[in-house]
Amino acid sequence: MLKLELRPEASELWRYGSPLLALLITVALGIGLFVLLGKDPVRGLQMFFWEPLKSAYALGELMVKATPLLIIALGLAVCFRSNVWNIGAEGQFVIGAVAAGGVALLADKETGRWIVVVVVLAGVAGGMFWAAITAWLKDKFHANEILVSLMLVYVADMVLGYLVYGPWKDPAGYNFPQTKSFEAVTQIPRLMSGSRVSVGLILALVGVAAVWIFLFRTRSGFAQQVGGLAPSAARYAGFSSRKALWLALLTSGGAAGLAGALEVAGPIGQLTPYIPSGYGFAAIIVAYVGRLHPVGIVFSAVLMSMFYIGGELAQSRMGLPKSITGVFQGLLLFSLLACDTLVAYRLRWQSGRA
Amino acid sequence: MESYALLVAATLNAGTVLAIAALGLLINEKVGVVNLGAEGMMLCAAIAGFAAVVHTGSDMVGFLAGMGAGALLGAIFGVMVIYLGTNQYATGLALSLFGVGFSAFVGITYVQEKLPPRTQFEIPFLADIPLVGSAFFKQHPLVYGVIAFVLALIWFLYKTRTGLVLRSVGESPESAHALGYSVRRIRFLAVMVGGALCGLSGAYISVVYTPLWVEGMVAGKGWIALALTTFATWRPARILLGAYLFGGVTMLQFHLQGLGVQVPSQFLSALPYLATIVVLALISRNPAWIRVNMPASLGKPFHPSS
Repeated sequence: MLKLELRPEASELWRYGSPLLALLITVALGIGLFVLLGKDPVRGLQMFFWEPLKSAYALGELMVKATPLLIIALGLAVCFRSNVWNIGAEGQFVIGAVAAGGVALLADKETGRWIVVVVVLAGVAGGMFWAAITAWLKDKFHANEILVSLMLVYVADMVLGYLVYGPWKDPAGYNFPQTKSFEAVTQIPRLMSGSRVSVGLILALVGVAAVWIFLFRTRSGFAQQVGGLAPSAARYAGFSSRKALWLALLTSGGAAGLAGALEVAGPIGQLTPYIPSGYGFAAIIVAYVGRLHPVGIVFSAVLMSMFYIGGELAQSRMGLPKSITGVFQGLLLFSLLACDTLVAYRLRWQSGRA
Repeated sequence: MESYALLVAATLNAGTVLAIAALGLLINEKVGVVNLGAEGMMLCAAIAGFAAVVHTGSDMVGFLAGMGAGALLGAIFGVMVIYLGTNQYATGLALSLFGVGFSAFVGITYVQEKLPPRTQFEIPFLADIPLVGSAFFKQHPLVYGVIAFVLALIWFLYKTRTGLVLRSVGESPESAHALGYSVRRIRFLAVMVGGALCGLSGAYISVVYTPLWVEGMVAGKGWIALALTTFATWRPARILLGAYLFGGVTMLQFHLQGLGVQVPSQFLSALPYLATIVVLALISRNPAWIRVNMPASLGKPFHPSS
């Protein structure tokens, strides 16, 4: 029978091979799903892996969706490497969007272009604040951060709902649950005309470098990871686990808030009940598939963005439900976790029972 | 007064949903496995159960379909965390994310479907007692079933040899292994049973509790059920009480709205989630107390080294 045997040391080959194998498995399952549904699998794969790449405009849209995923996942990489399980980035994203939107609503015709900086900073602060609740409850009361951060996602949705159905509703909006459209001065500057790609992409790439330097070239980044891998070693070295907790949550919360701000003051341009997009959850998968490494995350964010665009295209052109994106995302993470077994173990045939 | 009786009835009903799932998760955690995939399993079971009732007209088939879906997903999760040694948190999370997407994907054609007329259950004579009757004796059989199940589970876990083996696998897998028990097989079975119970809870939601299918309709109940196991410090009876407490909080929002209390509806809808956070913080305040009660191997993989 097939048996798993512990490798003497972790396989470098499989560390990088496993995400690729996971992608292949996901694609294979996807083909199966298309066939099962009576759809042309080649056309299906085209929607996901060719259409998003085939023109400059399509590539721009790919970047528009990859940007928030990349930003949130970078924060989560720091968080997960510290062994802090923040799975409520979605809520931090929403509160970041709310805070940014609140500032954007204050702008009027006379406001200067500087307001956009305040909008973005408000988003970061909003996300940090929401994550700080989780950090505080963990720090003070040892409350499980997984459950608290997740519960706060639902609460964040309610906060957004309250504001857009209540005090922030556009009086001239025919009673639709949405704020008025933000003034043009609050709009995140775009990189070029004809594409929706904004400076958010630049911020994200700066973030990649910043997270890389922090994790691999600073003492506190090192402390953060030691605390995650070996808490007792970290204690012995005098690294504070409380500091690591706060740093992990504030970083990931701030990043998610930033992404929220860039979305509302960018492509969306107003607050609506549809701000929660699932990016906060998808970014968890992005972080894992990217090996919690800033450069790896760039690739996985683009891949996940293809899943989103492919899902939308599959809906409009092939009549498949858009939620196919979620199915593929889940399958990808499943396959990755299973393939990761090969990093630490090798498969061996063994005759008879062991 | 009648409205209070209905509030009690609704509380028991809402508590039953949480209790079934939380008892399943308790069984998982007793053998040392945390399954964060509860929400996903419940959603898949909700659509499986709903679809089964739409096609067969039988609630019983619906419950079985839900349990089957839950057990199947539990088995996939079990193979990964128990036999492949994947991280329990990450794998559970993957299951939840997958379940949300998959149930929405499969359920799209069932959004407008209706179930056959629901049966109104009542216990003869007892149901006619004023107030008490409508509070306690007009419930779905599962509401009583879960109470019987808790009693049976307490007996099983604490009074039988198999229950002892089960608990020892969670407390000290090494000793259980040394005594010749197959830790991984016992864990796997427990995870499947836990999945089946989460599945039953999911099917109860879409077949009885709110008989329809809406994307994401489990609405965090799987996560609240997870919190309940900690809240109850891994004791079955406390899980039931906790579930009724949270069921009460869920129902309170409708009651307050009915009374015309001037609070934004979103605040009331957020109450169950806020209550979960507050209760978790209070219960976790003393880490030593949690450590004493928590199954010692919770979250840790086990590899028979021989």
